[in-house]
Amino acid sequence: MIRPRAEPFVWLLFSAGGVAAAVVLPVLALLFGLAIPLGWVDRPDHDQLLRILATPVAFVGLLGAFVVMLVHSAHRLRFTLYDGLQIKQRKTVAVLCYGGAVVGSIASFVVLRAVA
Amino acid sequence: MPDTIRLRVSRYRPETDPTPHWQDYDVPLRRDWTILDGLNHIKNQLDTTLSFRWSCRMGICGSCGMTVDGEPLLTCGTFLSDYAPGPIRVEPLNNFPVIRDLVVDITDFITKLPRVKPWIIRDDELSLDDGEYLQTPEQLDAYKQFSMCINCMLCYSACPVYGLDPCFIGPAAVALAERYDLDSRDQGTKERIEFLVEPDGVYGCTLVGECTRACPKQVDPAAAIQRYKIKAAKASVLAFLLPRGAR
Repeated sequence: MIRPRAEPFVWLLFSAGGVAAAVVLPVLALLFGLAIPLGWVDRPDHDQLLRILATPVAFVGLLGAFVVMLVHSAHRLRFTLYDGLQIKQRKTVAVLCYGGAVVGSIASFVVLRAVA
Repeated sequence: MPDTIRLRVSRYRPETDPTPHWQDYDVPLRRDWTILDGLNHIKNQLDTTLSFRWSCRMGICGSCGMTVDGEPLLTCGTFLSDYAPGPIRVEPLNNFPVIRDLVVDITDFITKLPRVKPWIIRDDELSLDDGEYLQTPEQLDAYKQFSMCINCMLCYSACPVYGLDPCFIGPAAVALAERYDLDSRDQGTKERIEFLVEPDGVYGCTLVGECTRACPKQVDPAAAIQRYKIKAAKASVLAFLLPRGAR
């Protein structure tokens, strides 16, 4: 019998975070870093962006992307500390890294709820 | 091309040497000579005390892996002329204890290998009267790449994760687990996942990819590990969601 382990589930979220980051971040960087400042597309006003954010699809999509990307960065940081910096307190490092991702996820939820 | 090339060989005899040290030997630089030919020349003509492992001289036995100019390589497939004018540094494989000179102790791998059960496991063993297990060319192709592993240990020598944490199961063992999982005659995937999902199993790998770069047989152990991570994650999710009887 396969014993329940956290690692496969964390790895799935880590993978999802990698995909989300690869798909979402370049689009946002292109849109808000180049297209809008250079006038390639019409500049959206603040109310327009808030209305988009208020739709359930945008809310769930953004929250999901934030959560998996935070887990992704926590996973990378965990192995950087464990293998790179040789901090061998395996459990402490894991709790701090993933705990940070959980705190960040809750903060994302709170901020999205507040503005949506 | 000069007539000779210098091999700078790492020497370590535990009964006399407190630490490894370098010893230089000049060997004939012939176009068709490999590093292993150079070492055999030293052993036969210059210094009979030099110890190293070798057997087939054709990249099949996996015995002659060493660190050549910092890279894990099979010395029978590495030519002296590619390193001219030299000198060429020849050291034992990294990440293993050195027994003597260029000979390393691979007991750790030998202990780990049976844990992934690299043999065909059947739930229902057919009798001899039922005939052989037939396999199509496509079914053979599914696992053939991973069956090319010769246990040369170059991937373990190249793997920084194994270097930092020797508890990690390592690249070749997972590649061999994948080889049997993909075999149409095998029914032992679940047993292998049960072991490889544990700490020190596949999830210790951070996908550096040096194992695949070092592999002299194009096995691609990094791909095997990634495939295993997906497989083990899927099995874990199903084990979590499904009722006990349906797993």
